[in-house]
Amino acid sequence: MALNSKVPKGPIKDKWTDYKNKINLVNPANKRHIDVIVVGTGLAGGSASATLAELGYNVKAFAYQDSPRRAHSIAAQGGINAAKNYQGDGDSTYRLFYDTVKGGDYRSREANVYRLAEVSANIIDQCVAQGVPFARDYGGLLDNRSFGGVLVSRTFYAKGQTGQQLLLGAYSAMNRQIARGKIEMFNRHEMLDVVVVDGKARGIIARNLVTGEIERHSAHAVVIASGGYGNVYFLSTNAMGSNVTAGWKIHKKGAYFANPCYTQIHPTCIPRSGDYQSKLTLMSESLRNDGRIWVPKNLEDVKAIREGSKKPTDLSEDERDYYLERRYPAFGNLVPRDVASRAAKERCDAGYGVNATGEAVYLDFAASFIRYGTEQAKIQGINNPSDAKIKELGQEIVRAKYGNLFQMYEKIVDENPYETPMMIYPAVHYTMGGVWVDYNLMTTIPGCYCIGEANFSDHGANRLGASALMQGLADGYFVLPYTIGDYLADDIRTGKISTETPEFEVAENEVKERINFFVNNKGTHSVDYYHKKLGKIMWDKCGMSRNAAGLKEAIEEISALRKDFWQNVSVPGGANEYNEELAKAGRVADFLELGELFAKDALEREESAGGHFREEYQTPEGEAKRLKEFQFVSAWEYKGEPKDAILHKEPLEYENIEVKERSYK
Amino acid sequence: MSVFSADLFNEVSHFMGTNPVVQFALQPVLIFGVVFHFVMGFILELQNTRARNVSYAKNNGGANSTWMSRNMIWSGIAILAFIILHFIDFWFPEINTKFIQGDWSGTMEGVEGFRYYEELVHKFMHPARVAAYVIAFVFLGLHLAHGFTSAFQSVGAASLRKKLEKVGLAYSIIIPLGFIFIALFHHLNH
Amino acid sequence: MNLTLKIWRQKDSSSKGQMVDYKVTEISEHMSFLEMIDVLNEGLVAKGEEPVAFDHDCREGICGMCSMYINGEAHGPDRGVTTCQLHMRMFKDGDTITIEPFRAAAFPVIKDLVVDRSAFDRIQHAGGYISVNTSGNTQDANSIPISKQAADTAMDAATCIGCGACVATCKNSSAMLFVGAKVSQYALLPQGQVEAADRVKNMVAQMDLEGFGNCTNTGACEVECPKGISLDNIARMNRELMKASI
Repeated sequence: MALNSKVPKGPIKDKWTDYKNKINLVNPANKRHIDVIVVGTGLAGGSASATLAELGYNVKAFAYQDSPRRAHSIAAQGGINAAKNYQGDGDSTYRLFYDTVKGGDYRSREANVYRLAEVSANIIDQCVAQGVPFARDYGGLLDNRSFGGVLVSRTFYAKGQTGQQLLLGAYSAMNRQIARGKIEMFNRHEMLDVVVVDGKARGIIARNLVTGEIERHSAHAVVIASGGYGNVYFLSTNAMGSNVTAGWKIHKKGAYFANPCYTQIHPTCIPRSGDYQSKLTLMSESLRNDGRIWVPKNLEDVKAIREGSKKPTDLSEDERDYYLERRYPAFGNLVPRDVASRAAKERCDAGYGVNATGEAVYLDFAASFIRYGTEQAKIQGINNPSDAKIKELGQEIVRAKYGNLFQMYEKIVDENPYETPMMIYPAVHYTMGGVWVDYNLMTTIPGCYCIGEANFSDHGANRLGASALMQGLADGYFVLPYTIGDYLADDIRTGKISTETPEFEVAENEVKERINFFVNNKGTHSVDYYHKKLGKIMWDKCGMSRNAAGLKEAIEEISALRKDFWQNVSVPGGANEYNEELAKAGRVADFLELGELFAKDALEREESAGGHFREEYQTPEGEAKRLKEFQFVSAWEYKGEPKDAILHKEPLEYENIEVKERSYK
Repeated sequence: MSVFSADLFNEVSHFMGTNPVVQFALQPVLIFGVVFHFVMGFILELQNTRARNVSYAKNNGGANSTWMSRNMIWSGIAILAFIILHFIDFWFPEINTKFIQGDWSGTMEGVEGFRYYEELVHKFMHPARVAAYVIAFVFLGLHLAHGFTSAFQSVGAASLRKKLEKVGLAYSIIIPLGFIFIALFHHLNH
Repeated sequence: MNLTLKIWRQKDSSSKGQMVDYKVTEISEHMSFLEMIDVLNEGLVAKGEEPVAFDHDCREGICGMCSMYINGEAHGPDRGVTTCQLHMRMFKDGDTITIEPFRAAAFPVIKDLVVDRSAFDRIQHAGGYISVNTSGNTQDANSIPISKQAADTAMDAATCIGCGACVATCKNSSAMLFVGAKVSQYALLPQGQVEAADRVKNMVAQMDLEGFGNCTNTGACEVECPKGISLDNIARMNRELMKASI
């Protein structure tokens, strides 16, 4: 099947408006007879559920957590971008569009990104109307901060808990619809397959995670909003339960999977401390607004620090290497995430890592304590303040901005970041790749949509900070509710979809068979054993930098590990009960397939772009070398084993942006 | 007053005991208030106990709240017991004298002038009764230590709660201490 | 360090549960409490026994999923943390640690340490929102200035993660801190004024219906709340309720 992105014709700034004007609508009386299933209730799924229900559709929403409010969007800290230009610093829809395409290393679809930038301002209006308590300045107007990879302040925030507040906003909109009976909420349920009837997505098979019951649910359309697949690495900043299962199941039923190798490794995470570690903790990128990143210049100092004979604060300015400021003077510590992460890895690989594992660099706030402190002393009219007083005043300001992050750091690492620099290291955070969708956000299965992090569309090969929240809410509040109507307009006479059909029967039996296999296998290794092994292969060979030999090995190793898993995995407990290990087994089984496709995609993309860095393709200065012949989306069609997947290319054309070398120097 | 002058105490007692405003307006309000307070307290406690059907094997309440706040029901019951004792001691005899026998004179055979002071002194001769009074007032102190500021919180005046924290503490110490003093004074002086 | 764990095991909501003793060894002080439970569970799975079921997800203190009552305190002895942020350095080698689910009649046990907190969701359905449709045509976000102080206080209330530690900790199993925080967030913002009276009445009515106890102002919830939600929110809710009832 040839890929058709269905991007409307016309000038880019009019595309979305013109398209909306001509799209098919469903009249309100008919919407009452149409059901929509939404899988996942984070920012994308939650906002979509609420909006579809407001419009009049009957929504069935599914979450594996005990409440929609707990989806992992809640953990996003820093903020949400919007082209409001409240700061008057030259921001505009075009500039946000430009920054996002450039930040994505020219690997995203132009029309989608423009639409995203266009609706970004509406998101802020909508959220404020819902009662989201964004940070404000003393005049009572909304405050902004700056994020990596851009030259304007366009990020709106609610302390260090922006994702939480936006999710609670979407959740409150859902609550209103749940109270009206327009959303039927299925908490502690996991989707285990999609049901396709006559070529159209018509329902799902879900497992009740409390009772173990396998349920059939039908609808006229299915929306997947299940987030990213960062947990394929085992250790990531994702929630423990985050998984690829929903996306992978639709892939196996006909949805193409795009750019799986585009993964974001976030530069400001707390370094790993031991093998027992279950997950990594991210600290907002906003810290880079005020923190300076460095490692010692001399290896002797590195050694002394690791042995504990020297403290980082003992090193003079001359003995420190502020490597981001050195390499990228224009953007300094605020280069995009992929660049910052790779630079940290480069220094640590060269032996300059500052903790016992050799995988940590410093993030130092001492300079901003002085800068803010001096300013405060002036404001408060303190003449000739002492150094201690300046530091104290400066720390107050930093505490007000990032207090919760500093506290979190201290709780985890047991060091006071006000007195000694923080240690940070990159960690897997977000996946730009995902299910391929067209301009309508529909996958290659008619009637099956994919929104938010789960799809591939807007971030290209690298996502800019504070853009994930923007995309999730744009898709859910402002894009999908329009585009889905175009498809559902043909379904007004279909009537209720029966679950008593052979298609549901077959799908349910497949799901049950797999569950029965797990609980009866009585193998020798736990699910986590396989997950950790997979994670290690992924991190070592498909991590921050990749090469052909490593990727080939990864494909072989993952394939062998998968075979082993299906013979020797051990799942205690039964099928018809609350069984966390069983749920995990299903998720890891899917990761074991995705991981191989991931490596295959990385192997075939013989260029470096954004988060995908191939060692063979770099400039003499060690920057990513992008190649014109790879200016396409890789969309993979499922054909049994991951190695048999067929590649479809969606060429990317840039008519409104000149494709240039992506430089932050 | 009873500490300073027997006569003054008698005068005031007689006024309070015979004034119609006190007897027929304030007294019923006070009685209703007290009854309402403890009945509601019991209902509250019942609902609150029911709200946790399985109790913890280990609960470290001291880590996050004061003993007083967690045991209002017990300090309350102690105070209720005291009120009953107090009624038996003074109130029931008074009601009997005034309303059943119809004697509003405030005098008693064998006592010169009013009888109130004499009765008071007589009651506080038994050490057991004095001890009961003292213990009851300690509980009143504990009850007030939480109750005073808690009342402000319950009616939504959180800022008053914080401002009056010290006043509440002082109140809950001084008032019961005063009563304890009266009981001990009369016991030790006779 | 080596530890003895006393853990509540209960097969499902209809079974009777009991405390069971376990031993764990070689626990690092840098582990989080949940990673310590992971170690225990790995051992149990290896022996073919059923692991201890517990709720957890984000493991960074924001999802509000974890719900353990450790040594007699919600989320354990540390302050301002959820169970996933509680570190083993808070304990000593040889300690015995008692681990129970959050207890309240309104939070029935599903299995082991997993409880059903859907009562919180139903309270929110009763009024935890501002009725605004997603039109994209709402007025500009800056058209209603909101004082920094009001925005910040609303934000402080809004940081509640809905974990239920307040209920678990309260001797009365009262949900007043949770409901107070939600009512406060909207009461403090101009957007929330239109529906303020109905909101507080409906949410409080639903809270009572769910079988939570009453607030007797012990203040335990504020101390144990991982997000430091202030008791002022309860007072504000009381005030709002009185205003709404008059």
